[in-house]
Amino acid sequence: MLGLLASILDGVLIGAVYGLAGMGITLIWGVMDVVNLTHGAMIVAGMFGTYLLVSAAGIPVYATLPIVLVGGFLVGVPLYWIAVHRVIGQPPLMSLLSTFAVNLVLVGLGTAVWGTDLFNVPASLPGFSMGRYTFPGTHLMAAALTAVIAGVLYLFLYRTRIGKAVRAVSANREAAELVGIPTARVLAMAFGIGVALACVAGMLISTMFPFTVLSGDAYQLKSFLVTVLGGLGNPTGALVAGVALGLVEGLTTPFVPVSWTLVIEFVLFVVVLIAVPGGLMQLLRWRRS
Amino acid sequence: MKKILLAAALGVFAAMPAFADNTITIGMTVSKTGPLNVDSVSQLRGSELWRDEVNAAGGIKVGNKHYKVRFVEYDDQSVGGRVQQLYTRLILQDKAQFLFGPYSSGLVATAAVISEQYGKIMLIGGGAEGKTYTLGNKYLFQCITRAGEYLSGAIAELKEHNPHAKIAFVYSDDPFSKAVVAAAKKAAVAAGFTVAMDESYPPSTTDFTAVINKVISSGADTFFGGGHYADGATLARQLHDQKAGMKWVSILVAPDSEKFKTLGAAADGITVPSQWEPQVKYKADFGPSVEQFTAEYVLKYKDLPDYHAASGYVVGLILQHAIEQAHSIDPEKVTAALNKTDAHTFFGQVKFATDPGHHGLQVAHQMVLAQWQMKDGKLVKQMVWPDAARTAAVVYPLP
Repeated sequence: MLGLLASILDGVLIGAVYGLAGMGITLIWGVMDVVNLTHGAMIVAGMFGTYLLVSAAGIPVYATLPIVLVGGFLVGVPLYWIAVHRVIGQPPLMSLLSTFAVNLVLVGLGTAVWGTDLFNVPASLPGFSMGRYTFPGTHLMAAALTAVIAGVLYLFLYRTRIGKAVRAVSANREAAELVGIPTARVLAMAFGIGVALACVAGMLISTMFPFTVLSGDAYQLKSFLVTVLGGLGNPTGALVAGVALGLVEGLTTPFVPVSWTLVIEFVLFVVVLIAVPGGLMQLLRWRRS
Repeated sequence: MKKILLAAALGVFAAMPAFADNTITIGMTVSKTGPLNVDSVSQLRGSELWRDEVNAAGGIKVGNKHYKVRFVEYDDQSVGGRVQQLYTRLILQDKAQFLFGPYSSGLVATAAVISEQYGKIMLIGGGAEGKTYTLGNKYLFQCITRAGEYLSGAIAELKEHNPHAKIAFVYSDDPFSKAVVAAAKKAAVAAGFTVAMDESYPPSTTDFTAVINKVISSGADTFFGGGHYADGATLARQLHDQKAGMKWVSILVAPDSEKFKTLGAAADGITVPSQWEPQVKYKADFGPSVEQFTAEYVLKYKDLPDYHAASGYVVGLILQHAIEQAHSIDPEKVTAALNKTDAHTFFGQVKFATDPGHHGLQVAHQMVLAQWQMKDGKLVKQMVWPDAARTAAVVYPLP
């Protein structure tokens, strides 16, 4: 019983980080209808950014968070102008191909520089134990920082003028333009924020697990799963879905072989797509109404 | 102008046979990218060192003739689908006379279909699974210990310290790891151990939190598993972070790399079955001694060789030996010489099974067991099994 509880708690802690990664994708999708296939590469960029800042510059691990966040934004904005701006409003395949191409270039460059060697960020924090089970401090810290970042993003989107502009563009781009909102700049900024979230997710993951240049694919897959479960374009939904996904992983792993976990998750994915296309948040809204 | 072009073309054609006459072309694919990159590139480095040394010494001697060695290699991206395509190209377009296998059992099994189809000799330095050698292949030769023997040293040494160990087997769902664990489970039961957990995971797994909780719940005190580099290193880190309390941990492949020590305290005490280590004391009947190979490798690559590098070198050395014994580069004569090979090299003894049911399977080479131990505040890899190779006593139970 204690083992099941430990598994669920661990699942929720890591699920929160999946949620953070999913928030980046869903924000970009919600604002500009673009499926950002550079997401995995950006998660890896966050991992390597952290590794370099810690190993080369000697910066304490968690002090790298604001640097990675700002760095991610500064990479994301030009990336928008290079790879996304011209395909906005085009058929979805165009943006898929465009971001996929950029992803291949980034992964190729990363492989050329670092190979596919494994890298490890030496992060260690005291955790807490429950019987024979230990929750590493890095997992607790990652979940706590995710909650803080999600809160800040919520405040930004709902309490600031720029955030409201982002939501306005997301709701109706033409109407937003008519009231004088510079939509192209808002889109670039939203893309930058989405990339920054991916980089920070990468930073937090790097404190928990070793990684390679190719690690992004696995986390990108989780991010898509979370995005659909939470409802496309809904950052809060992504966070809730991330935690729910972690919960499912924690609940199933003690009873079935781990190789079945992904199968179960994707069955859930298909069920949600068919039964509740708007995601878990739509389910909550139905209950309320 | 046309005459000049024609003359140039004729010149090129005239030069080609001369080039082919004095050169042996060896084809191979290497996982320069993709998840197998670390071990595969290391294997290539070993082969390149052999090639460069052979060429510097004038080439492979066949009668009165000396053949220079030329490599043609392609990046298989760690993908089985690419391997068949590329080995076909190596044979048909690049006219490779001999082949070295790709890295890892899955890719070797795929490549062997092509090499056998075209009757090309292929020497394997990185494909330990034994099943491929039971399919009636005639030109495939495995130069490393087969997967079934990988954990025999760990089981023998563990029995000395804990005859009633409870083992959790957690391993990658790939042909190599499954073959290693299938044999190890039988050996563990025969040794009187209890199998507390037996579970495979997808090779792409990046988070083992839930699996390790399951290991703890199983009551196991010993961990055997892993697969290749990324998953093995992640397992070691998470076993440490989650304080899994294992008294013994053996992980396949990953801890053999010098980079494993970047895990710091998480690497301390981890044992790894290894095909070869620079500390082994084998006597070589031909080729470099252990010390010479290590020194030459360090000189060329500024890094200590791991067992993949040594196996990369030894496939070249064994081929060279067979060609010299056959006094010919004719594939049938070289195959016959390989069948007769019983060689002692810096890598240890190499001998191939010749019965049709296991042709080419390695039957003589032996593994060693290494353990990362903390010495004067630094992590060093020590040999802890067998006694002949031992450089330190095994640390048991783990700190």
